Amino acid sequence: MPLEVESRRTALSEDGRPIEELVLNVGPSHPSTHGVGRFVVHLDGDVIVKVDPMIGYLHRGIEKMAENRTYLQIVPLTDRLDYVGSMYANWAYCRTVERLAGIRVPERAEYLRVIVCELQRMASHMMGIGAAAADTGAFSMFIYAFDLRERIVELFEDLCGARLTYNYVRPGGVSYDAPDGWFDKVSAFIGTVDATLAEMDSLFFGNVITRGRLKGIGVLSAQDAVACGASGPVARGSGVNWDLRKHDPYSVYPRMEFDVVVGDKGDAYDRGRVKLFECYESAKIVDQCIAQMPGGHFKAEGLPRLIAPPAGDAYDHIESARGSLGVYLVSDGSPRPYRMKVRSPAFCNLSLAGMLAAGHTLPDLVVVLGSLDPVFGEIDR
Amino acid sequence: MSPHDVRHHLAELSPQLDARISDHFEDVVIEVGSANLLQTASELLELGFDRLGMVTAVDTGDDFEMVYRVTSRSLSCSAFVKTRVGRIEPRVASLCPVWPAANWQEREVWDLFGIHFTGHPDMRRILLPEEWPGWPLRKDYDDPNVIRRPDYI
Repeated sequence: MPLEVESRRTALSEDGRPIEELVLNVGPSHPSTHGVGRFVVHLDGDVIVKVDPMIGYLHRGIEKMAENRTYLQIVPLTDRLDYVGSMYANWAYCRTVERLAGIRVPERAEYLRVIVCELQRMASHMMGIGAAAADTGAFSMFIYAFDLRERIVELFEDLCGARLTYNYVRPGGVSYDAPDGWFDKVSAFIGTVDATLAEMDSLFFGNVITRGRLKGIGVLSAQDAVACGASGPVARGSGVNWDLRKHDPYSVYPRMEFDVVVGDKGDAYDRGRVKLFECYESAKIVDQCIAQMPGGHFKAEGLPRLIAPPAGDAYDHIESARGSLGVYLVSDGSPRPYRMKVRSPAFCNLSLAGMLAAGHTLPDLVVVLGSLDPVFGEIDR
Repeated sequence: MSPHDVRHHLAELSPQLDARISDHFEDVVIEVGSANLLQTASELLELGFDRLGMVTAVDTGDDFEMVYRVTSRSLSCSAFVKTRVGRIEPRVASLCPVWPAANWQEREVWDLFGIHFTGHPDMRRILLPEEWPGWPLRKDYDDPNVIRRPDYI
């Protein structure tokens, strides 16, 4: 963790005591922020007074690029948004295009989308928990989490040939049907998940060091979570029972039986544990999808090569691994969107970092950031 | 209160706020003048719209359209609030006092469109460096980083 002292200045604390405030630059190569986030930390001794997240190191202007591409050409751009959970950005974008252009999606495609996105949720949460655990020094948890993630990535590779930027969900359906025997492989994998997750729960969340490091750190109240726009495990860790799959149901989720996992304290420990328990629910959903899988087409028939939706605007969102991921599209009737906006959950969640870290010590900043699970591709766009 | 009642309530308020209410897919669209934006937001918060999901702007050519999407968890209802902002020195009230979630998203709109939010606690660029020239998502933005062939060739 490269630390650089920027300045020292003498200030007065709130109770009139003279303090020497130290301004530290943390990052940009901080492990939990994947190399592109910089945090300007104001310290009083060892205590954090203020954190100012500096973002934009990965800003690629995806929204501007989208204005010069056709609707189908934008799908690969959305892969690069949330690069540990590409399926979500694909799906959110495709849903908005389908809504704007009035495209109907075959049922089989909806089931395939739910399966890949629930597998993706597990893979993404494993990345989140594993990286956060490695930051706090629990390296074996990182290996366990990445083992599980690796098995999911293998399944994705079988399905669409890619391991990171899948580009699988397309407007009107998905790009390929599942290959022979793929559902059996997924079922076999799902059968082993529960035992692995239970092992990870006792290994990491049952560990006395983890409890000491994570409990009571970065407490977020339910009221603040809603007011500040937090979503996903960050909001649910604070006890906000809000999951778009349940409360604004889309696709085939109304047919699935699963629970919304919520925490009660709203600290880093709860946020991490909510992620782990969500993986159990995802496994349940994948199981039900495979049991209900209908036949038929995997892509809408008779779709034009060049989609030109009628003039107007549309917004649609899905529950991604990090919360509600929405895409807003404005069409002027041409084959290129007039404006695209991605409402990313990680962006809104990271805006809480300053609030959550204030009052804690510098090593706790790592825990707070890890629990917010930032992915900078999505934050900077 | 059901979504139907929300629509009814908003329709009652609309002459007072000078608002136009319409439907768009399953959402309500409320178009207001920029002078009434803050009051409309407060009314929506009173009604139970406690989540501000998205803040963005669209360059329509003549002016800018600010688009806000708000959701009520208790009513299971979402609404778009839209307002027009002039092109010369664009300025609109910040919604941070109503929904703190507006903070970073309004900074992003300032960064990419150059729309100033009055009453915003921390109006700085967020994605681009401080010294970046111009507002990249405007339709008339001239990209200074594009290397052009000099005229004399």
